[in-house]
Amino acid sequence: MKTDIILAGVGGQGILTIAATIGMAAVNKNLYLKQSEVHGMSQRGGDVQSHLRISDTPIYSDLIPKGCADIILSVEPMEGLRYLSYLKQNGYLITNSVPFNNIPDYPEMKELMKVLEGIPRKIILDADSIAKDTGNARASNIVMLGAAVPFLGMSLEDLEGGIKSLFGRKGEEIVELNIKALRAGYEFTKSKM
Amino acid sequence: MQKLLLLGDEAIAQGAIDGGISGFYAYPGTPSTEIMEYAQHSKEVKEKGIHAIWSANEKTATESAIGMSYAGKRAMAQMKHVGLNVAADAFINASITGVNGGLIIVAADDPSMHSSQNEQDSRFYGDFALIPILEPCDQQEAYDMAYNGFELSEKFNVPVLLRITTRLAHSRAGVSTYEKKEQLKGALPKDPRQFVLLPSIARRNYKRLLEMQPAILKDSEESKYNKYIDASDKSLGIVACGIAYNYLMEIFNGNCPYPVVKISQYPIPEKHLRKLRSKCSSILVLEDGYPFVERQLRGFFNEGFEIKGRLTGDLPRDGELNPNLVAKALGRELCEGQQTPEIVKMRPPSLCMGCGHRDVYNALNEAIAEYGEGRVFSDIGCYTLGALPPFNAINSCVDMGASITMAIGAADAGLVPSIAVIGDSTFTHSGMTGLLDAVVKNSPIVVIISDNSTTGMTGGQESSAKGRIVNICRGIGVHPDHIRVITPLKKNHDENVAIIKEELAYNGLSVIIPQRECIQTAVKNKKEAKK
Repeated sequence: MKTDIILAGVGGQGILTIAATIGMAAVNKNLYLKQSEVHGMSQRGGDVQSHLRISDTPIYSDLIPKGCADIILSVEPMEGLRYLSYLKQNGYLITNSVPFNNIPDYPEMKELMKVLEGIPRKIILDADSIAKDTGNARASNIVMLGAAVPFLGMSLEDLEGGIKSLFGRKGEEIVELNIKALRAGYEFTKSKM
Repeated sequence: MQKLLLLGDEAIAQGAIDGGISGFYAYPGTPSTEIMEYAQHSKEVKEKGIHAIWSANEKTATESAIGMSYAGKRAMAQMKHVGLNVAADAFINASITGVNGGLIIVAADDPSMHSSQNEQDSRFYGDFALIPILEPCDQQEAYDMAYNGFELSEKFNVPVLLRITTRLAHSRAGVSTYEKKEQLKGALPKDPRQFVLLPSIARRNYKRLLEMQPAILKDSEESKYNKYIDASDKSLGIVACGIAYNYLMEIFNGNCPYPVVKISQYPIPEKHLRKLRSKCSSILVLEDGYPFVERQLRGFFNEGFEIKGRLTGDLPRDGELNPNLVAKALGRELCEGQQTPEIVKMRPPSLCMGCGHRDVYNALNEAIAEYGEGRVFSDIGCYTLGALPPFNAINSCVDMGASITMAIGAADAGLVPSIAVIGDSTFTHSGMTGLLDAVVKNSPIVVIISDNSTTGMTGGQESSAKGRIVNICRGIGVHPDHIRVITPLKKNHDENVAIIKEELAYNGLSVIIPQRECIQTAVKNKKEAKK
């Protein structure tokens, strides 16, 4: 198996937590992994992306070539579109529908949704509301991760293991809340497929 | 053999720890920061008493590392590429002194300027200093090079330059670690005058360095990091440096049909390159950064042999490489996805909501309105974002510390008042000497040291300036009546505007110190206090 994932969002939205969770799950399964992150200036409210590659054979490039990503996983609706050139022809865009508006010329939501609806293969969800419903409003990034699980080439249990490895130090309650968020996102995608 | 999941930066730190390091020295700078951060969070570093405290700047860091080497222990100084400019005096001369304990200088280059003001290529510095340069192609080599680099340094009695780029520094992958080496016990140099660069001794040392060059080249030619990989299609030979090797392998899924010379250690391995030239009818050079190897291969006369790369337009002259660019240079266009829709707008970084720098710029903009535009010299840090809307508040950002000294020069030229805006950490990095110039001349400038008590842009590292700025300004000789400490908050806006106006009207040197903790570190500290 080999999965190439572009993670997209705005600095501070928690895409590195998504990357770390998938990374933990991949390591637990003895898969190869390369994950390229953005540090520095862009983290101050700018657009950020992470290239995440998992495979059962060695991976060469730290960067995913354009046109080769299996999925774009975006925690913000406009940011996912920014990296469409990376998505392969039958790849999926999985995005949160809740905008992060910190710029003066953010597009009209109606227009933005129109463009998103025009993408052939996509999963669009209100991860913020789903996170709130699970009792952890701050876990919308984990909801988004859950929504991507069917495309990762790993099972829901694998990702739950990743959450346990990553959040274990913070206590059982935090682990449970995040697993709940993960499952809620997963169920959403399952219901759409 | 333990397997760890590490950033390139972290792999270097772990490699150094396992390789018997006694001291890390650094000033924060993207993309090098995580080397020191990893060391500071390492339990092993604490247990073994390895030094891992930030220095005031890259020059002091490098000099401290040279001092540790003098005392017979292994040391590393880490910095971003432009930091090596700051440390250049120490760095170049360290190749003349030579080392006692192994010494590695890490320069993290930033091609494509993700978080920098230029994309200079540190390999030129290594060449200039006549020392071995290591350039890992992946995280494992980054670990290996730090692990073995001290011995390489000790073998040739020179510092070693370890050059990485942003992509490797900030990319994570599995790394296998080796048996841990003990720290050196420490011993004075055998020759007590080795580090005394009086001309007579420097001339002797320099000759020694020159005489060493053939051996340094031979080591590079025999290095396990460099290799000639044969293949059947001799119409093209490829030179792949550092991380470019991975992009090449990505495109051919590990089986390149053309012969390849992989380079991860310099000076360039002449033996392999001669072989490539004799067997292939043209050469393509893949390297991140400047056309460092390409120019050497081409030479002045170029001799009619076809060498393709960044100088011929087969690859772009600027910006970092990626698999698509490498594929294109090989005539193998990869099918790219859709264009980014027009609806997607730029999202530049911005000052955090609630950040004190915001209040500083709001007050400053109002206070200087009557003097007209174009007189605010700024510096390197979060507050550089004051250049962007809605503030449009600054007119320069050149190098660490340049705000104060440029304001002095502009005032000398008649632009009075001139204003400098500098952060606390940048002030102690390179601003203090400039302030002394202003004191000596009583320059009619206003220096605003926007003090958030941390090194903010790189993620909130300890600032050497913390709690010391007022005393430093007094000590340098700024008149106490013109050292004004203010609190940058909305509710103090009018008062702050009035204070800035007062000092702008004063025909001499003033320092205004807006003091309020960075909101990012404030939140972090609160969380930690709760625990």
